[in-house]
Amino acid sequence: MIPVGFEYVRATSVDEAISLLVEHGEEATLLAGGHSLLPVMKLRLAAPEVLIDIGRLSELSYIRVEGDEIAIGAGTKHRALEASELLAKECPLLPAAAHTVGDPQVRHRGTIGGSLAHGDPASDLPAAVLALGGTIVLRSPRGQRTVPITGFYTGVFSTVRDPDEVIVEVRVPRTGGAGWAYEKFVRRANDWAIVAVAVVDGRIGLANMGPTPLRASAAEAALADGASIEEAAALADQATDPVSDVPATAEYRRHLARVLTKRALTTAAGAAG
Amino acid sequence: MSILGTRVQRVEDPLFLTRGAVYTDDLVDERLAGALHLTLVRSPVAHARITSIDVSAAREAPGVVAVVTGAEIGLEPVVLQGGAPKETARPFLATDKVRFVGEPVVAVLTEELYQGQDAADLVEIDYDPLPAVVDPEEALKGEVLLFEDLGTNVVGGFGLDKEFDEHLFDDCEVVVTQKLVNQRVAAAPLETRAAAAVWGDDGRVTLWASTQNAQSARDAVAGWLGVERDVVHLITPDVGGGFGAKIGADPEFALVAQLARITGRAVRWSETRSENMTGMLQGRAQIQTITIGGNRNGDVLAYRLDVLADAGAYPRLGMFLPYFTRQMAPGVYDIPKVESRARTVVTTTTSIGAYRGAGRPEATAAIERAMDLFAAEIGMDPAEVRKRNVIAPDKFPFTTKGGATYDSGEYAKAIDKALEAADYAGLRAEQARRRERGDTVALGIGVSAYVEITGGGAFAENASIEVHPDGTVTVLTGTSPHGQGHATAWAMLASEHLGVPVEKITVKHGDTDLIPRGAGTMGSRSLQTGGVAVYQAAGELVELAKQRAAEVLEASVEDLEVAEGAVNVRGTTTSITLAALAEKEPLKVQTKFDSGAPTFPFGAHVAVVEVDLETGRAVVDRIVTVDDAGPVLNPLLADGQRHGGIAQGIAQALLEEVRYDDEGNPITATFADYAFPSAAELPSFTLVDMATPTPLNPLGVKGIGEAGTIGATPAVQSAVIDALSHLGIRHIDMPLAPLRVWEAIQAAKGDA
Ligand SMILES: Cc1cc2nc3c(=O)[nH]c(=O)nc-3n(C[C@H](O)[C@H](O)[C@H](O)COP(=O)(O)OP(=O)(O)OC[C@H]3O[C@@H](n4cnc5c(N)ncnc54)[C@H](O)[C@@H]3O)c2cc1C
Repeated sequence: MIPVGFEYVRATSVDEAISLLVEHGEEATLLAGGHSLLPVMKLRLAAPEVLIDIGRLSELSYIRVEGDEIAIGAGTKHRALEASELLAKECPLLPAAAHTVGDPQVRHRGTIGGSLAHGDPASDLPAAVLALGGTIVLRSPRGQRTVPITGFYTGVFSTVRDPDEVIVEVRVPRTGGAGWAYEKFVRRANDWAIVAVAVVDGRIGLANMGPTPLRASAAEAALADGASIEEAAALADQATDPVSDVPATAEYRRHLARVLTKRALTTAAGAAG
Repeated sequence: MSILGTRVQRVEDPLFLTRGAVYTDDLVDERLAGALHLTLVRSPVAHARITSIDVSAAREAPGVVAVVTGAEIGLEPVVLQGGAPKETARPFLATDKVRFVGEPVVAVLTEELYQGQDAADLVEIDYDPLPAVVDPEEALKGEVLLFEDLGTNVVGGFGLDKEFDEHLFDDCEVVVTQKLVNQRVAAAPLETRAAAAVWGDDGRVTLWASTQNAQSARDAVAGWLGVERDVVHLITPDVGGGFGAKIGADPEFALVAQLARITGRAVRWSETRSENMTGMLQGRAQIQTITIGGNRNGDVLAYRLDVLADAGAYPRLGMFLPYFTRQMAPGVYDIPKVESRARTVVTTTTSIGAYRGAGRPEATAAIERAMDLFAAEIGMDPAEVRKRNVIAPDKFPFTTKGGATYDSGEYAKAIDKALEAADYAGLRAEQARRRERGDTVALGIGVSAYVEITGGGAFAENASIEVHPDGTVTVLTGTSPHGQGHATAWAMLASEHLGVPVEKITVKHGDTDLIPRGAGTMGSRSLQTGGVAVYQAAGELVELAKQRAAEVLEASVEDLEVAEGAVNVRGTTTSITLAALAEKEPLKVQTKFDSGAPTFPFGAHVAVVEVDLETGRAVVDRIVTVDDAGPVLNPLLADGQRHGGIAQGIAQALLEEVRYDDEGNPITATFADYAFPSAAELPSFTLVDMATPTPLNPLGVKGIGEAGTIGATPAVQSAVIDALSHLGIRHIDMPLAPLRVWEAIQAAKGDA
């Protein structure tokens, strides 16, 4: 439980973090809340040579309305999402999903940027942001680019982010009165999702149903075509590729995706207005 | 007014709750200044021949003082459990073969702890893999042998001298048989294993270790080191939980002491959580085949229990535990014909030891499942079948067909109390309503009745007590608290006789120079042996004080009484304090209490669960428990023991299981994968009081430490199955995690 030795640098600004990334190249890794990175380092599954700490950059910690969207700084802690009155009103799915992450300690350390960058298909926020149709803003020496989350993930723990890019912001639409629900199935309260389903405004995001968070497109299309909740939910596992592990077989995950989608859609229908 | 039976708050809590407790790894002792840190290179494969070990690169790594292999350790392999075949001796560091993931192979000693893992990563070991054998039934076939010289994987057994009686069930109208898995679980104490050692100029070794009994750990380590036991001074600092897995010594303790001897320096070791999840003893791990027979009127006539126990790679206490399982096979029931046998096999997995209940929960789980299956078969209410077959209260002491002599019990009364507190009839009505409505959330009700053995291993315990001239009191005990609250409870027992407030009484334990004899804390033995010994010692001290005071006060002993820390002449104001007596001459007694036999606490649990029929997820809604361990010394402490036990019991039923893949790789070796519970997974507990004293000790007390675990597991398992009984489901193995329950529901639907 002792990581391989590494160098530690605390960046004082995003720009400095970027130039440190450029300076150290592939050997460097950003450290935000550390709640995904440090466990894998302690198990020696990762051994970065340089850690660039962006965890204390206040410029990355904000939640504000910008037109039809809400802009969230990448360094915003799960706890801040959970407790945000703004989000509760404008985008209630996100705080609901954040509330289910781990336990209070984890939520007080982990960040939305870290969660999205890490790319664990079982995590909660990527599925929620996917259902929201959010975008991810990345900054590098080449400037800033915005990537829709639908194009962000390329596989398990992998994204289109370049090594010298910092996620600076996550943008989600103001969903206002649209129906929404977050259904997370766990063995224990503080566990990662066996399967989770995020629903908002007729869009459905799935956690842990494949190598990346997935949209239940077939179910969404059926809904749009006027199918009943039951009929649509029955399609929720189409085009998914879940794994089998200790708590669940792939078949069971498919079943859960269908059941949870049905429940989430039902809740969302009740919440709309 | 007597202090006994009152809710005295734990005197140890302020320290524990403010992080003031000192665990082995926290020790600051000048003898340990500059100690080397031990990092163990453990086998990453379950079963393999070691073809080469190259430590040259590791020896060159920064901070490395020594890298020691099995060839250099200078300790002979040892049989870790009395009665195990000599071929199963375990080397302290593996030399030619490894038999489980986590087996220590090379010891790395570094100046700083952080340097250890880097150096360990440079050790190169070549393994020539052998097939793993994880399933005890596979091990029984003997196709893959762990110990070739032994020629079999069967390392022990009980009741194998005669064949099962083929006519056992001849008189029965109904016979039901079922294979059960009582799954392997991890003790997972918050404090992982730790030890530190230093040799003195006097040729003795001081060994600090996290254990549940210093004295037997000392004896074991001395034996393994090949020294007289007086050479070892073993000290247990605060211990953060054990649950049976810290009984005695682990080979690592001797390794630490031997490495200190080899290097001439202090050595300390504190394992990581990952090491703990493969290196520490695990529990349960029995495959059972039960057969129960009886008549349609509800009378059970015969019961057979066939146990296949998994010992893990190297036999430890787990090899012996089926003895208890057989002894307790008939549980609370008066069954005319009972037979059982047990075989123990080795597998390429972590060794099995004691875990909260140790052998008895396995017996209870089996007979309680059998009762349910029998009840279902004859269509009778499971609570009714139980009450019909329990041992009647006028039959005690009662010797069962399992061979145990139960001291006292009122089993039907315990069941009735639990049923009443749970409103059993109301629950059954609610269950019927839900079924009628076709609710997706089904209600299940599980009833268990249990009896267990406490103080089963060692019946005697030592205590000494001394009043000091300043009026304070020191109690020395041979028990070894690691969460139970002996500092409070033993002080209460001394206070009762002496009238000295508990704040002035210090309880010491776990230092073998100070307390050379003691049997430690396990098997819920402490109060009924060690506690009673303290009570007896305090009583003897009162007599001694009276005799001395009689001279000083020129009064006759009969006229004297001890109250509030002083000897008074009855009806007068003439008195002398115990402190004043101690000033003249040490006021101290040493005593031993021997109960001569174990006691048999009992109880009944009712669990109420809700099962989501769509997902298979079961949630315990309520649990009502009657846990009768005789008169209660301190309800706060007893309730705490019940709470912890119930939590662990529920967790075995629903969540916990140590699993391996087919290659013998542990796949539940982190706390993310190993599903032990948090408060969020548990309901509030309804504890019902009942106290039937034992005649075996003057306080009438029995043990309470394991009761919750023993009763809760079968009650919860039964409740989940009960929730699904209308689907035709009669049995599901533990843990009844969502996947397994859902699969059972699917299978039942397929059958329908
Ligand atoms: C006990 C426990 C339980 C948990 N339970 C859950 C759960 O139920 N659900 C869940 O979703 N998660 C869970 N998590 C994970 C938690 O949410 C993490 O905090 C989160 O996944 C990562 O955020 P972080 O800020 O800690 O990132 P870090 O661990 O600091 O970093 C993670 C990765 O992201 C990169 N990174 C971080 N910030 C940026 C950035 N701004 N730009 C580019 N790359 C960046 C890092 O370089 C690293 O590779 C749990 C964690 C723990 C320890």
